[in-house]
Amino acid sequence: MDAIILQILNGLDKGSAYALIALGLTLIFGTLGVVNFAHGALFMIGAFCAVTLTKFMTWEVATGEVQKTAWGSEVPVTKPLFESWFGPEVGGALIDWSVPLAILFSIPIMIIIGFVMERGLIKHFYKRPHADQILVTFGLAIVLQEIIKAFYGANPIPTPAPAAFKGSFDFGAMLGFDPNVIIYPYWRMVYFAFAAVVIGAVFAFLQFTTFGMVVRAGMADRETVGLLGINIDKRFTIMFGLAAAVAGLAGVMYAPINSPNYHMGMDFLVLSFVVVVVGGMGSLPGAVAAGFLLGILESFASMNQIKSLLPGIDQIIIYLVAIIILLTRPRGLMGKKGVMED
Amino acid sequence: MTKSNLTRRGVLKTGAVAGAGVALPTIFTASSAAAYTNEPTGSSVTLGFNVPQTGPYADEGADELRAFELAVEHLNGGGDGGMMNTFSSKALKGNGILGKKVEYVTGDTQTKSDAARASAKSMIEKDGAVMISGGSSSGVAIAVQGLCQEAGVIFMAGLTHSNDTTGKDKKANGFRHFFNGYMSGAALAPVLANAYGTDRKAYHLTADYTWGWTQQESIAAATEALGWETVNNVLTPLAATDFSSYIAPVLNSGADVLVLNHYGGNMVNSLTNAVQFGLRDKIVNGKQFEIVVPLYSRLMARGAGENVKGILGSTNWHWSLQDEGSQAFVKSFGTKYGFPPSQAAHTCYVQTLLYADAVERAGTFNPCGVAEALEGYEFDGLGNGPTLYRAEDHQCFKDVLVVRGKENPTSEFDVLEVVEVTPRAQVEYAPDHPMFAGGNLGTCNPGA
Repeated sequence: MDAIILQILNGLDKGSAYALIALGLTLIFGTLGVVNFAHGALFMIGAFCAVTLTKFMTWEVATGEVQKTAWGSEVPVTKPLFESWFGPEVGGALIDWSVPLAILFSIPIMIIIGFVMERGLIKHFYKRPHADQILVTFGLAIVLQEIIKAFYGANPIPTPAPAAFKGSFDFGAMLGFDPNVIIYPYWRMVYFAFAAVVIGAVFAFLQFTTFGMVVRAGMADRETVGLLGINIDKRFTIMFGLAAAVAGLAGVMYAPINSPNYHMGMDFLVLSFVVVVVGGMGSLPGAVAAGFLLGILESFASMNQIKSLLPGIDQIIIYLVAIIILLTRPRGLMGKKGVMED
Repeated sequence: MTKSNLTRRGVLKTGAVAGAGVALPTIFTASSAAAYTNEPTGSSVTLGFNVPQTGPYADEGADELRAFELAVEHLNGGGDGGMMNTFSSKALKGNGILGKKVEYVTGDTQTKSDAARASAKSMIEKDGAVMISGGSSSGVAIAVQGLCQEAGVIFMAGLTHSNDTTGKDKKANGFRHFFNGYMSGAALAPVLANAYGTDRKAYHLTADYTWGWTQQESIAAATEALGWETVNNVLTPLAATDFSSYIAPVLNSGADVLVLNHYGGNMVNSLTNAVQFGLRDKIVNGKQFEIVVPLYSRLMARGAGENVKGILGSTNWHWSLQDEGSQAFVKSFGTKYGFPPSQAAHTCYVQTLLYADAVERAGTFNPCGVAEALEGYEFDGLGNGPTLYRAEDHQCFKDVLVVRGKENPTSEFDVLEVVEVTPRAQVEYAPDHPMFAGGNLGTCNPGA
């Protein structure tokens, strides 16, 4: 039982990342009809927003003293920029909280990146076949990750969570199990809560604002909304920026879970597409539900008891479930008739 | 009207004779002008450095390339000479190799076996490389070693730690300076037993490819010999990025040690996840839970940040060593590039000097002459103490370092501290040891 609870918890935080990325993918597909293979790269850029802010805060500035290196040359003694500006206590605290602060930093950056991507490249491919869109956005993803690698190198860069969130919460003790049997890292709990808030905010925005209502109408019937004199293209561009921001936020908060590297977007991209297809193309609730479902299933498939019965199941479970769902429900869990069927 | 005497048989005969006539000079030229593949005939000799310039190990590849450039500079008489001044052999004079200026070409392995073979093949066939060196993966090393054997050039392996490189996949044209999984286990196990006791239950997470398998087998055998019990070994896919679902079962397995047979990005992520799950804060079986990383890379350890603090592992070489050879290398490298070299850089630099030295001693670039000069060769002054290139499997035997993640690092390079220099005798094994069985060195291939 304890192992099952642990894997459910694992699945929830994995599912959170899948759901956030898939949500953005679905927003773009549902509004603009574009299959955006560069969406994983946006997740990666979000993580590197956290890296960049941390690096900026900890930028080494010379103190005026010098020290000798192991190879005999003299180098200046340095200290982090923010400690130099604000003193060791305030500066140290700001550095410690660099990842949450990066949320504020990343939102405008990701929206701008989204706008530039959409206006500069993707809008030229709206009327082209999906295969062309996939090729161009996949190419864009590779360009973006190579740019990040050129600046930050190929190795993962540690980006720790604030000290207050280090360590684990003992769920087992709370549920009446022995202590230390079901423990779960605080930051992963934060990630799940954060994902829930972001997903809730996106749904509320689409459901309860006039802007959201117009976008939903445009998703349902773009032509009619256009004939009513509403500039739907402008709103869809804003939605692209919003989707980029959601992917970026997912990346920022993921940075302390696994040290960011230039390839992390690609690691999530294929799985996120499977999530979108399983959830139903264009269905926002479907993307979120499928994200959590597949995250939990993937965690369960990694259990030793399951793997001993079905070796290698952890590698194929998501695809296996996708096949079964698409065979029984060809439009995915919550897909609607007519979407991607022309 | 003239009658033609052209018959089908006649045409075939004439064609065969003409074909042989055309082919003869080529065959003759090939067999007489070059006694071996890419015999250097001009005033220079070309070496091929095949390193990961793209992909996940690109930073290691970049450091290897820096070391190769430094070695070539020193061989050609530039710089301060580095380890050439401390090397026990005095065959190298700083005038190239056998008086020929050393030039080099580079290839990108991408840490993919097929790409690495293609780039090595190109360097041999198009650029005339007489030796190939470099690499940051055992899968790549084994693939390129096989290619070099077929092509008739020497392969001086870079960073490859799988037992198989000089075990079941050993080749007469291939030589490895880097240590291996068995040596890591033999060096690390006694330190682990001293630090954590002999009554321990270990849970292994192992990367599912040649290096992971041999590393796990080696460390499990070495620790079990000292009383540890291996409670489980779970193979993890090389492409895995989040190890939380593999780590969660450790909590309830009864294990009190987690051994991470992971390297590179896998190691960074699995160690980070394990620490996040609070494993190191747990008390199991009345003992403090411990994590072990059998193979450390300083470049990679940096990626795990403070999670490496206090965690034991092994390494081939470290820049903080105080012997004359290491100091000379760190000085040369640090002065040229502004930071200390990695173990990957060290092994590549050393392999280049060893190759050049063997050519000088053999008096030829012929791979069979070079191989003969390297086989059974004893040397010193290259940073690992007295070292032997064993003839039977072309594996170097030398001291192995046991290291620990530093508690209070003074810089981003100061991540590991040397806990013990394990003497060579403790990590030696018989050439027919079961973990290295199944291969055949074969005979040297000069190619051409």
